[in-house]
Amino acid sequence: MLKDFTTALRPAIVLTILFAALLGIAYPAALTGIGTVAFPHQAGGSLIVENGQVRGSELLGQNFAAPGYFHGRPSAAGADGNDPTASSGSNLGPTSQALHDRVAKDVAALRTTPGSSVPADLVTTSASGLDPEISPEAAFFQVERVAKARGVSGDKVRHIVETHVEQPLLGFLGERRVNVLALNRDLDKQAPQGAKAAE
Amino acid sequence: MTVQGWMLILVFTLILVALAKPMGLWLFAIYEGRRTPLHTVLGPVERGFYKLAGVDPNAEQGWRRYALHMLAFQIATFAFTYFILRFQDLLPLNPRGLAGQSPDLAFNTAVSFVANTNWQSYSGETLSILSNMLGLAIHNFLSAATGIAIAFALFRGFARRQANGIGNFWADMTRVTLYVLLPICVVYATYLIASGVPQTFMTSVDATTLEGAKQTILMGPVASQEAIKMLGTNGGGFFNVNSAHPFENPSALTNFFQMLSILVIGVGLTYTFGKAVGNTRQGWAILAAMLTLFVAGTAVTYWQEAAGNPMLHQLGLAGGSMEGKEVRFGIAASALFSVVTTAASCGAVNAMHDSLTPLGGLIPLFNMQLGEVVIGGVGAGIYGFLLFAILAVFVAGLMVGRTPEYVGKKIESREVKLAVLAIAVLPLMILGCTALASVLPAGLAGPLNKGPHGFSEILYAFTSATANNGSAFAGLTANTPFYNGLLGVAMWIGRFFIIVPVLAIAGSLAAKKVHPESAGSFPTTGLLWIGLLVGIILVLGGLTFLPSLALGPIADHLAMIHGQLF
Repeated sequence: MLKDFTTALRPAIVLTILFAALLGIAYPAALTGIGTVAFPHQAGGSLIVENGQVRGSELLGQNFAAPGYFHGRPSAAGADGNDPTASSGSNLGPTSQALHDRVAKDVAALRTTPGSSVPADLVTTSASGLDPEISPEAAFFQVERVAKARGVSGDKVRHIVETHVEQPLLGFLGERRVNVLALNRDLDKQAPQGAKAAE
Repeated sequence: MTVQGWMLILVFTLILVALAKPMGLWLFAIYEGRRTPLHTVLGPVERGFYKLAGVDPNAEQGWRRYALHMLAFQIATFAFTYFILRFQDLLPLNPRGLAGQSPDLAFNTAVSFVANTNWQSYSGETLSILSNMLGLAIHNFLSAATGIAIAFALFRGFARRQANGIGNFWADMTRVTLYVLLPICVVYATYLIASGVPQTFMTSVDATTLEGAKQTILMGPVASQEAIKMLGTNGGGFFNVNSAHPFENPSALTNFFQMLSILVIGVGLTYTFGKAVGNTRQGWAILAAMLTLFVAGTAVTYWQEAAGNPMLHQLGLAGGSMEGKEVRFGIAASALFSVVTTAASCGAVNAMHDSLTPLGGLIPLFNMQLGEVVIGGVGAGIYGFLLFAILAVFVAGLMVGRTPEYVGKKIESREVKLAVLAIAVLPLMILGCTALASVLPAGLAGPLNKGPHGFSEILYAFTSATANNGSAFAGLTANTPFYNGLLGVAMWIGRFFIIVPVLAIAGSLAAKKVHPESAGSFPTTGLLWIGLLVGIILVLGGLTFLPSLALGPIADHLAMIHGQLF
């Protein structure tokens, strides 16, 4: 029994070191090489760079509070939300008083007419706290507010939203969705804040 | 529920079944030690490793030696990772200057990765690049390869006649790593990078958001870790929120591949088992029983998540439960993922399980309590399932009054006792530890949610640890000496107190003669057998865990439909 164990020591230690070198160093290093050469944009975090300044990542949500921007989903990541250094969901269960109170408050703030329904994704926190997308319903829900703040027609904003609605792949993989950051950047280009004259 | 949602579940299941044979054949070639085209490139690496380690890959090991060598390797890799985590502040590749883990946390994390659990008491954002790559990702390969090696050893037990040996641990583990896991991961990780998963040694970038705020974006070598995290059913995320993070799982398509990669080796091994015992119908029968449980579980979770939370509906919300889910996955792909990840011992999550509806969350919990034999973790799923098969033929034998046989081997008292011993680990650790944590102040300090859901958080934690899953009802504050210690012990026992009896069964079976199937043998391929297997698994799991489920998710469900908040 003990002899079996001692004969195992050399392979156990040597193979730990060899596999660590192969799987822990060579494998990730080789893939970093492949990524850097073949897919530099994606491997580097799909960053959006404008005039040499990083404005975010195409894949990560950002905080939007101004009425002239479309807002993303509530976020439990970090104290202010959408903090990539503290990705997190709310972890509140279905019978949680805290969840109930939070949703009730958000619904009251969003509701335009009493008793109207609110898109679920606009008042529920995402899993990651960094969800970059909302449902098309949640985007259309905000059109009037955004149009008013920007001083442009609702139809124009609605049209911009429509061009940003992505469909499920092959009809069943994924959901209909709108990337909020891409939409807001497009909005800044096509309907800059306070540019009513451009109509 | 939508037509698209059911399409997703149907297409996923069909592709999975279609992958069983090709994956199984490949694994069978490795099981037999055959030469493959990959040997041209990786053969020299394999031989070099054996030479430096002083291993003779053709030396047959009896079950005791196989087990001891396996354990020695686990201890060596455990120590290696413990020290890297403990002292990551003194080691290179730590540009953000992160502190080392505390002793209890480093113990918990190292056990967790050795035991293929990947329970994460830490948040992924607190680990250096070196800790992730060298400390953790290597276990994702090696613990997976160990699981498959154990399955191979058990297959040999069934396949061999009057033999002393059940294979060579070092050869099994090395070959699976080099010829199965590594090549698939290279291709898979490249696909992930192309789809948007970062792969870089840069750790963070500061961005200025559209509204002018600062956003610090973290990244790193994510794709290389992501690939083996799924394929090896490990589940330890690079980031805290795991596969819900857009950098780990950027699209519905990557999500689809992630789910497939969790189960592909597990379904393949059912076919490999059939090949190994010389009758592929034996493998298909096992897969059919597994898929029955899988589809039933998926249907329940999808139904509940799509139905949503009636209390939130009253507030004016429409549709299914979106709390803790991502828009790009939606209800169907989140429900399916949560069942897939707990059917296997993966534990990666693309939605927050803590925020699932009570019965939607009951299925993942129950999947794990059944011992993750619904396809299951790589290797662990099939050897766990074969334990239930042994019990099932035993029960069938009692009913017809004959000595039970399975794939030509007589199942006698020794095998049945060992199988019961292994299966008893689950209730003992899950219920024992949950009970302990439910009365001790240190345990009661853990849950975030109140009421029955708080109990579910504790139950889920010990279920996940013992079953080596690693997913969590993550509201639980688990990074305390109490939880780190107790969960660490549960993970170790849940892994190795099952593996060692499995190897003992392998040794005992290998020594037996093969009895050819006769008219009096109980057939272990038809519908009757599949029904018996499913029945045994459900009755055993149900009787053992139903009381605890009644206190947690079922009470929670009743509270929810009656509008009771906590």
